[in-house]
Amino acid sequence: MEKNIFVYCEITEEGHIADVSLELCSKGYKLAKELKVKLEAIVVGSQLDMVVEELTPYGIDTLYLADAKGLFPYLTLPHFKIVSQVIAENKADIVLFGATSIGRDLAPRVASKLKCGLTADCTALEFGDHYVKKTDTTYKNLLYQIRPAFGGNIVATIINPDMHPQMATVREGVMKKETVKSPSKPKVIHLEVDKYLSDEDFIISILERHIEAPKVNIKGAQIIVAGGYGVGSSENFKLLFDLAEAIGGEVGATRAAVDAGFIGHERQIGQTGITVRPKLYIACGVSGAVQHRAGMDQSAQIISINTDPNAPITHIADYNILGSVEEVIPKMIKYYRQNSK
Amino acid sequence: MSFKILVLAKQVPDTRNVGKDAMKADGTVNRAALAAIFNPEDLNALEFALRVKDQKPGAEITIVTMGPPRAAEIIREGLYRGADHGVLITDRKFAGSDTLATSYALSLAVKKLAPFNLVVAGRQAIDGDTAQVGPQVAEKVNIPQITYAEEFVGFNGDKLQIKRRLERGVEVLESPCPVLVTVHSSAAACRVRNAKLLMKYKHAKTDIELQELSEDYWQIFENRPYLKLIQWSVEDLQADEELLGLNGSPTKVKTIENVVFTQKDSLKMGASDGEINKLMKSLISSHVLG
Ligand SMILES: Cc1cc2nc3c(=O)[nH]c(=O)nc-3n(C[C@H](O)[C@H](O)[C@H](O)COP(=O)(O)OP(=O)(O)OC[C@H]3O[C@@H](n4cnc5c(N)ncnc54)[C@H](O)[C@@H]3O)c2cc1C
Ligand SMILES: Nc1ncnc2c1ncn2[C@@H]1O[C@H](COP(=O)(O)O)[C@@H](O)[C@H]1O
Repeated sequence: MEKNIFVYCEITEEGHIADVSLELCSKGYKLAKELKVKLEAIVVGSQLDMVVEELTPYGIDTLYLADAKGLFPYLTLPHFKIVSQVIAENKADIVLFGATSIGRDLAPRVASKLKCGLTADCTALEFGDHYVKKTDTTYKNLLYQIRPAFGGNIVATIINPDMHPQMATVREGVMKKETVKSPSKPKVIHLEVDKYLSDEDFIISILERHIEAPKVNIKGAQIIVAGGYGVGSSENFKLLFDLAEAIGGEVGATRAAVDAGFIGHERQIGQTGITVRPKLYIACGVSGAVQHRAGMDQSAQIISINTDPNAPITHIADYNILGSVEEVIPKMIKYYRQNSK
Repeated sequence: MSFKILVLAKQVPDTRNVGKDAMKADGTVNRAALAAIFNPEDLNALEFALRVKDQKPGAEITIVTMGPPRAAEIIREGLYRGADHGVLITDRKFAGSDTLATSYALSLAVKKLAPFNLVVAGRQAIDGDTAQVGPQVAEKVNIPQITYAEEFVGFNGDKLQIKRRLERGVEVLESPCPVLVTVHSSAAACRVRNAKLLMKYKHAKTDIELQELSEDYWQIFENRPYLKLIQWSVEDLQADEELLGLNGSPTKVKTIENVVFTQKDSLKMGASDGEINKLMKSLISSHVLG
């Protein structure tokens, strides 16, 4: 039996397929083409009428739908039961999840059940071989799961030679969302939900939910003004907001700035925050720690404003302005306004 | 029977304060150069447990940790803050365990401590940031899980009400016991050490630690049995060795690379009006800013 690539697709609060899932389908499509296997996806939720249309542009071969009352909002046990059984029944060889609060709740429990490995927060996925000297065996086309490790100070390539499926989670924004040219409709399989579930799977109940509208759209911004610990205070962050407003960008931050309470955590960029690839990234008082760079080094152009001429960020910045945030930003606003009409 | 809470806590190298000597010349991590700390979110987990205990008179908290002998330090740290007992799982055979093998070992300890009402873990440990061990222990013990907990709301009869953090909001869940909860860093910070408890438990030791101490020390233990920390090996847990350490770990590290900088052609400039003016002009004319 051929071994397929399988993506768990999440449903957003608004009832759409989550971006991170579409990104994973795009990556899964490329991986499946390379190995000449099928790309499969599963969606678990309620009233999933529109998902086939939403997923069609991504070249999925088979789409499993578990559509029933009680499957949205997400609850661990029902999703876990369905997903782990469908993966096992169909012998998927590679399974991808978004590294979201849902994916990071679900994937480890599934991996434990299937007794397989799971690599969290991969930044790249590719195929490669692996030779074991002791047994003189070569494993062909293993999934290389590449991720920063040990606080981002090293990059590790993780493999699962024997105990499959090979499972990984990937954060939003890490893979590119790309539709397929002239895709055909996926084969849709409606799962018989009752077959997988029992009453016990619903022993945890949801009493209340408060969902905020998406506030900041850092991921989609073409220009990002990011502040670090060197910005010094939440007052000084106002300078960054002024600059962002003047040039039409969003404000991001490092973890150090978030931890210091200068700004909210929803703006954190990096390994444990958002991954961005804007046209222009202006790093203000940011030292450029690996964990931060992991979320922004794909930016087309980088400007750094720093009082330290040797900060690590200078290695990846296109323009290094030696100076303080307080001094430089007002000047940038002033001369931007003067030169653009 | 009293309400029994198990807290899974890990001692981790402080990866947040990586100094210059933290990396060896060959690109590997110099663990010795990093301080060993109580995993930050496990302190949130301990506080969560303490708050449950505050509302359930007579409840007992047991800290469970797997690691090298020195990990007993975090058990004592937990006792100073209000935990009642501690278990150290230590054995060379656990070395090299990934999250699956770790959760197998922890799940055996949890089962050995049954019956219990609640298991509390941190969301993730800062040495790996995987956030897997909590849900995996829950699966292996076959109990439900609530991840990303932010607040213990209270009891509704025998059920627990828990607020959890989502990317874009919060939800309140209600679960019967037993359940496993993983606690997020946005939850309440852990209370500080209590001076009385510090005096009481300062001399709490595991067997391994006792062996290195003098006979007089043993005397103290005769009279104060609560000072003896439980220590379990692979044998005590009757663990299947095939499922432990490197054998039991499906994931293998193929390669490790140091993060290397690729030097870009970069322009160094000052902050004078003239220079900033020139920069803004060039960004506008090249349509980077528009
Ligand atoms: C597991 C793990 C995950 C992490 N995930 C992330 C993540 O997702 N995102 C993230 O950002 N970090 C993350 N970190 C933290 C990361 O290691 C760094 O600590 C952090 O990025 C540093 O932030 P910073 O550059 O703002 O602060 P610092 O390193 O303190 O740098 C401040 C900089 O400001 C400069 N400066 C000071 N005053 C001024 C001034 N007046 N004007 C201009 N410049 C000034 C200084 O020269 C310095 O370069 C993570 C760490 C770990 C261990
Ligand atoms: N060796 C260990 N001993 C005790 N608890 C652990 C251990 N490893 C992980 N945990 C628990 O599982 C949580 C998640 O860990 P991790 O999956 O490694 O990110 C931690 O916050 C701890 O509560």
